[in-house]
Amino acid sequence: MAIRRGRGVAAINYPTGMNLGGDPTQALVHSTPTGNFMVTLSSVDLGQGMKQIMAQICAETIGVPTDRVVIDTADTDTGPHCMGTFASRGTHRAGNAVIQAAKEARQVMLEVAAEELEVNASDLETDGQGNIQVKGAPQKSISIFDVALSAHFKRGRSISGRGMFLIPRSYPEKETGAMKPSTCYAHACTVAEVEVDDETGEVTVLTVKNVFEIGRALNPKMVEQQLVGGSWMGISHALYETTEPYYPNRDHGGTDFNQYLMPGPGDLAQTEITVLERPSADGPFGAKGPGEMCANPQIPAVANAVFDAVGVRIDTLPITPERILRALKAQAAG
Amino acid sequence: MAKVPVQFTLNGSEKAEFIESGTTLLNALRDKIGDTSPKGGCHQGTCGACSVIIDGELRLSCLTLAETCNGADIKTTAGLAEGGVLHPLQRAFLDAFATQCGFCTPGMIMAAKVLLDRTPNPSRDDVVEALSGNICRCTGYEPIIQAVLTAARANSQNAA
Repeated sequence: MAIRRGRGVAAINYPTGMNLGGDPTQALVHSTPTGNFMVTLSSVDLGQGMKQIMAQICAETIGVPTDRVVIDTADTDTGPHCMGTFASRGTHRAGNAVIQAAKEARQVMLEVAAEELEVNASDLETDGQGNIQVKGAPQKSISIFDVALSAHFKRGRSISGRGMFLIPRSYPEKETGAMKPSTCYAHACTVAEVEVDDETGEVTVLTVKNVFEIGRALNPKMVEQQLVGGSWMGISHALYETTEPYYPNRDHGGTDFNQYLMPGPGDLAQTEITVLERPSADGPFGAKGPGEMCANPQIPAVANAVFDAVGVRIDTLPITPERILRALKAQAAG
Repeated sequence: MAKVPVQFTLNGSEKAEFIESGTTLLNALRDKIGDTSPKGGCHQGTCGACSVIIDGELRLSCLTLAETCNGADIKTTAGLAEGGVLHPLQRAFLDAFATQCGFCTPGMIMAAKVLLDRTPNPSRDDVVEALSGNICRCTGYEPIIQAVLTAARANSQNAA
């Protein structure tokens, strides 16, 4: 009886979005009379930072500071259609819709500015600070505040835009079965080191080293935050969490946090995160969906590390002490 | 059922309410007084989201009857900022990206505050121990641990 050490590696590809009846998200952008921009979405920010990312995407596209953009989300009664925040699709789908809507709004904004400055709209550029100026002659400029006032009170125009992003439903080819069920794959690889007590079956994850390829990190600190939390959740899925430990039998399913186990602050593995950026062709500014992807590679990596440590393959999650001890017993019985 | 009077100090202000006997402090704070900073996660004392400070002690407001708090001095996360200036713990949580959905954050901050009030220069193990009764689903805990250590350093520099 001893504590045995093992190391496991796993790599994953993870799709962005899904393929049910088609995967649409729509967005509306309009300016207020003071030249702030409102983005209306039905997509939900549940803490992953969608509002911040959509504000950045809209601001970058229109050419204004991020704090000039307000995001209104999550009312599916009144907002433009969105399939929802899941399948790592939020940034990719809603981001593309926001870009399209913001481009249309920007065009109207430049047209109104062109009338005020008596120049051609195609000769105008934004300075990113809230002003529109003539290319090559920045002294000839107008603030976006004044452009909005002009549009609202003088020109009778709405500085607004509509964004529609749709991945159509993909059907399998009859002959080959080939289809394109999703877009824009993110990738990850994890190396996990564990200790397994072959007397108690207890697994301790010592280190997890993760590499994530996520297209482009539109907000690097928030990406890191997602990935660190996701890596923890991956270990939690591998070793702790289950609603039905004897699935499909519901017996002994957790009914509260005493029974539905997760690693606490005292159970943390030493965690490393490396981000690789290879911008995707169809992503907003190259982004892919890192959300769910980041909690996946730890699971097979831990399973492989357990195999490396004690020589048993656990193919049911979570990898509990009970399952390890049963497998060790079966192995000893030959 | 007859209502009973309760009276306590909440974040420095006197509060008096008539409540149904048996009302938890959590429900009294949220539904009667309107301080929604303590969160109801499990309502059975396992998640820590409802943590408040009662007479200097960290308490689970979901397991505390409001009528036992007569005369008590109660502090919640809603009362930490002073004149619009965030408490060092709140500042550190923001800077460390130690919150995502934010549901556990008030309880985490209360637990951390009691720790730092007693142990101004805690070790990492001290922080882990202090946070061990609080569940977080988003962050993986490490950013929270780092935020508490950062706030402790900021406090000790201010004191020096």
